[in-house]
Amino acid sequence: MSRIEPSMSPDTAFFWEGVAQGRLLVQRCGGCDALRHPPRPMCPACNSLAWDPYETTGRGQVYSFVMPRHPRYPGFDDPHIAVLVELEEGLRLVSNLGEVEPEDVTIGMPVEVFYATFEGGIVLPQFRPAAPT
Amino acid sequence: MTAWLKDRAAIVGIGQTEFSKASGRTELQLACEAVKAALDDAGLRPSDVDGLVTFTMDTSDEIEVARNLGIPHLSMFSRIPYGGGAAAGTVLHAAMAVATGVADVVVCYRAFNERSGFRFGDTGSVLGGGLPLWLSWYAPYGLLTPASWVALHARRYMHTYGVTNEHFGAIAVVDRHHAATNPDAWFYQRPITLADHQASRWIVEPVLRLLDCCQESDGGAALVITTADRARDLAHRPALITAAAQGAGGDGEMMTSYYRDDLTGLPEMGVVAQQLWKASGLRPSHITTAFLYDHFTPFVLMQLEELGFCGRGEAKDFATVENLSIGGVLPINTNGGLLGEAYLHGMNGITESVRQIRGTACNQVPDVEHILVTAGTGVPTSGLILSPSA
Repeated sequence: MSRIEPSMSPDTAFFWEGVAQGRLLVQRCGGCDALRHPPRPMCPACNSLAWDPYETTGRGQVYSFVMPRHPRYPGFDDPHIAVLVELEEGLRLVSNLGEVEPEDVTIGMPVEVFYATFEGGIVLPQFRPAAPT
Repeated sequence: MTAWLKDRAAIVGIGQTEFSKASGRTELQLACEAVKAALDDAGLRPSDVDGLVTFTMDTSDEIEVARNLGIPHLSMFSRIPYGGGAAAGTVLHAAMAVATGVADVVVCYRAFNERSGFRFGDTGSVLGGGLPLWLSWYAPYGLLTPASWVALHARRYMHTYGVTNEHFGAIAVVDRHHAATNPDAWFYQRPITLADHQASRWIVEPVLRLLDCCQESDGGAALVITTADRARDLAHRPALITAAAQGAGGDGEMMTSYYRDDLTGLPEMGVVAQQLWKASGLRPSHITTAFLYDHFTPFVLMQLEELGFCGRGEAKDFATVENLSIGGVLPINTNGGLLGEAYLHGMNGITESVRQIRGTACNQVPDVEHILVTAGTGVPTSGLILSPSA
């Protein structure tokens, strides 16, 4: 299974380094402790440039999901589920849902992160159904 | 925006090429043809032009267009970003330029071979050269096309308000019905029914079927803008620019604004709408007909709500074939829109609005007083209100 390799910048590399270690990291502002994702240099709340990586629980719920059917891409099951997850920390991120059939997915369903390694050693965070907390 | 610009500038010329799937010529040639056609329509010469405005995505350089047309000098040129969100923005910049005296005559143009050349969402080119940074949050998960980005947003809207894909079908039926009687439209004489819409294949399940997605087109379109005073001496009834606005919302991305408090609206269009109503002094009930950007049908429903034609969550009941067809409360996309006429990045909605003001549209709406035009949705965008008289 192949996937398109993500690009990185000095602002975003920590996220992918975390993924490679099995950790789902977001930025925590050094000025006001606000969390943010996707990564960017400045905190929109206090304009601080200071931040450090913050490890999320990797748990959340399905906020939205779709099944892209056309065009088909190599490396993806048909159908595959693209999901927008809302993490317990209140942040959202896009990923895939695995280990579940599309007809069993509902918005609001609890999910948890896992990590999948694809062709060429590309590691991506993926989500699967979780027991309610 | 203040009301200062109100009715000070006008669209006095429109030009377009044929709309096709394979133009057989360069994008630069299409741009030149459209600009020349618009100047001829206005009864102006290339030597009258001193300003050019286009999209940042356009491949035809201003100085090349000027060199081909024989425009002797340019004193003003600007480009508008964010894809189809630029369409009405070009007119705003042109209107500002002529109303302030920075330029006398400004031409706005957009030309591309979006079907036979580079196609948006063409993964081949994306895969070849490394992902853009922003796309790295989406492409590895299979969200590689505008359709997929829009669908993930629209799904949340559907969930919140009980909207189904069948509700979106009304937009496709209206557009194709209008296109069927427009000889310029790619889908001339090819109307569809709701059953056709529901039978078309999924592009992104369960949000977008094939007939929810606009076509891809080759072609060019251009608009000539000058002051309202000068417009009175020209060939056609001017389309006065009653209001023009651009808008970006907070915490947004180009097409993947998934991080805002809720995903049931189009905040960019809200910013535009607020300015248009304030600057014009008009309300939705004053709009005779509208061109609502229709690259994907769900965002037409969301626009109706952002613009105030109905309340939040009410578009699924408001957006009926009857209401949005000629004779209805708000006829939309009388040329067939991007779904039915052509995907000219929204510029063909502006040319159609000018024809409606002149009374020369194929599907003419009677007694036009004010027309609303919107540009690309889900991206930072723009909008216009045009009127036949102040």
